[in-house]
Amino acid sequence: MLPSTGQALPGLHSALARPLSWTERLDLPRRITFAAAAAVVLLVGLLLGAITWNGIQLFVAGGVPVSQILTATWAPDPTSPPTNYGLLPFIFGTVGLMAVAALIATPLSIGLALFMSEIAPPWARRITQPAMEVFVGIPSVVWGWLGLTTLVPFLREYLSGLGFVVGFSWFAGGVVVSLMILPTITTIAYDSLVAIPADLRTGSLALATTRWQTIRHVLLPTAAAGLATAVVLGMMRAAGEALAVQMVIGNAPVIPTSLTRPMTTLTSQITLDMGNTVAGEPWNDALWTMGLVLLLISFGFVILVRLLGRRGSAR
Amino acid sequence: MVTPSRRRGAIAPAITVALSLVIAACSVASPSPSPSSPADSPGASQAAASGTVSPASTGGSDIDCLAGSITTSGSTALQPLVDKAAKDYVAACPEAAINVQGGGSGTGLTQVLQGAVEIGASDVTADSKLQPADASQLVDHVIARQGWIMVANPSVTGVTNLTTAQARDIWTGTVTNWKDVGGPDQPIVLIIRPASSGTRATFKQIVLGGANEATGQTLTEDSNGAVTTAVVQTPGSTSVIGFPYYQQNKDQLSGLQLDGIEATIDDLKNGTYKLQAFGHLYTKGQPTGLTKAFLDYLASPTVQDQTLPSLFFAAAGSD
Repeated sequence: MLPSTGQALPGLHSALARPLSWTERLDLPRRITFAAAAAVVLLVGLLLGAITWNGIQLFVAGGVPVSQILTATWAPDPTSPPTNYGLLPFIFGTVGLMAVAALIATPLSIGLALFMSEIAPPWARRITQPAMEVFVGIPSVVWGWLGLTTLVPFLREYLSGLGFVVGFSWFAGGVVVSLMILPTITTIAYDSLVAIPADLRTGSLALATTRWQTIRHVLLPTAAAGLATAVVLGMMRAAGEALAVQMVIGNAPVIPTSLTRPMTTLTSQITLDMGNTVAGEPWNDALWTMGLVLLLISFGFVILVRLLGRRGSAR
Repeated sequence: MVTPSRRRGAIAPAITVALSLVIAACSVASPSPSPSSPADSPGASQAAASGTVSPASTGGSDIDCLAGSITTSGSTALQPLVDKAAKDYVAACPEAAINVQGGGSGTGLTQVLQGAVEIGASDVTADSKLQPADASQLVDHVIARQGWIMVANPSVTGVTNLTTAQARDIWTGTVTNWKDVGGPDQPIVLIIRPASSGTRATFKQIVLGGANEATGQTLTEDSNGAVTTAVVQTPGSTSVIGFPYYQQNKDQLSGLQLDGIEATIDDLKNGTYKLQAFGHLYTKGQPTGLTKAFLDYLASPTVQDQTLPSLFFAAAGSD
């Protein structure tokens, strides 16, 4: 304990001859940072415990077989039996929305990150950087509102021929969420591109490659793990988004048969039902189970990010 | 006469305060905010109409002033009513603090049962939501009749009335085009509340006879406000919303009669209009102190005959 304090404060060596003052002995910085770290770990632990405990009550107290949550019928109302707590439409919706959002956002974000790191002249970079920061700061309700008032009517009025009968749809949700995750993916992708040593670029250019060939054959493969991490983190954000999504997807608890049709997600259904159900009833427990499922989905992605990170650092 | 009271639903407190002066002035000229309550003292009307600033209301004999602090939570449909009554009560009794929260009927019932709040507001009975052992701990105070109205997007021309049978066919998916009920050749888009909502439960019980709503192209929105926006925006859409929300958005929606009966406060009050339910306030055990005084105020003629109609609710009546 004492040696580490001494090393952390250069110039203290000569002072070490005298006895430590009480403030030095107390070593507040170390204690405070340790307490902060412990509090966060404890909080995460408690949170996981609470969600897991509540999430399994549907099976423990409600007596619902675990396999039932993998059915497609959401009929939770005890006043019109038989009840069936099928969570498949919500799981499908969350994953489906993540996929569509990633498909739309990935090319845009990586293109933008490449532009910012490789192509943009300094003045353009001075615009795109703050623009990205502003983008991050736009609240999700604003995205949802814009989607509700512009995208949904547009889809209904001009693309009804494609099947957008009401406008509220899987596709609309995908577009709104893709805009929300665009800055996440862009910033992380940009960081991983900028981190590539300049030698690689100059070396490649010295072999008389064009800029595009350098990007395609040198930079993108080198940054691949970082870019993949960017996309995965973006998708995690997409999975957790509730408010903006709820405003444009129509919240129909069915598996959509096409991108043009209404759908729902885990987050959206939790917010729809939580105020109207009573703690302890199976319906409310089912919402906790949805939260647990969402947590498991995001765990899967955390593991994926760590694997990607390991692969990246191994290179 | 309808206009000032309709505006009182506005959310911005600043506007409400400013308007309350106008309303107070108006109420001298036309003392009753609703045709259903003609015979009440001008003093009581003044108290109900004057919002948060009401020097005159201290004389209201309906208010039994007690000090203390209580919290209510629950039904967002009942919230405007409880909120208004709480403001009027506190204006008359500065020693009292009444904190009014929303959260939904389920939240209200859960929190009052846990003792987190003194009063839990619910659109549905505790018996229908809670275990019998829990429900028996709660005492029901019926404070109002609340009504809902079927509405359609204005593009649905020629339909002003639906019979219960027609509504059932539409909502269960048997009829999917407005032309089958006398409207234009346009697909019907159903916009519903989540299955747990009191609005949906009431409609399902009274109009659908317990049958399940159609799914598929059906949209679900989580509040009266979101439903209203969706109906205003989506051609061919129809939904069910609370009276107060209809009154605020009358110009953009087409209200439908049910079995030929128009949705009015009068017909709500005498029970002729059937798409209605009681608004419940629950306490854990018999209420005492400020909780009791506030509930007594809610049951008083001032609230029942003046405040309720002005917010498009009807008096609870003797039952």
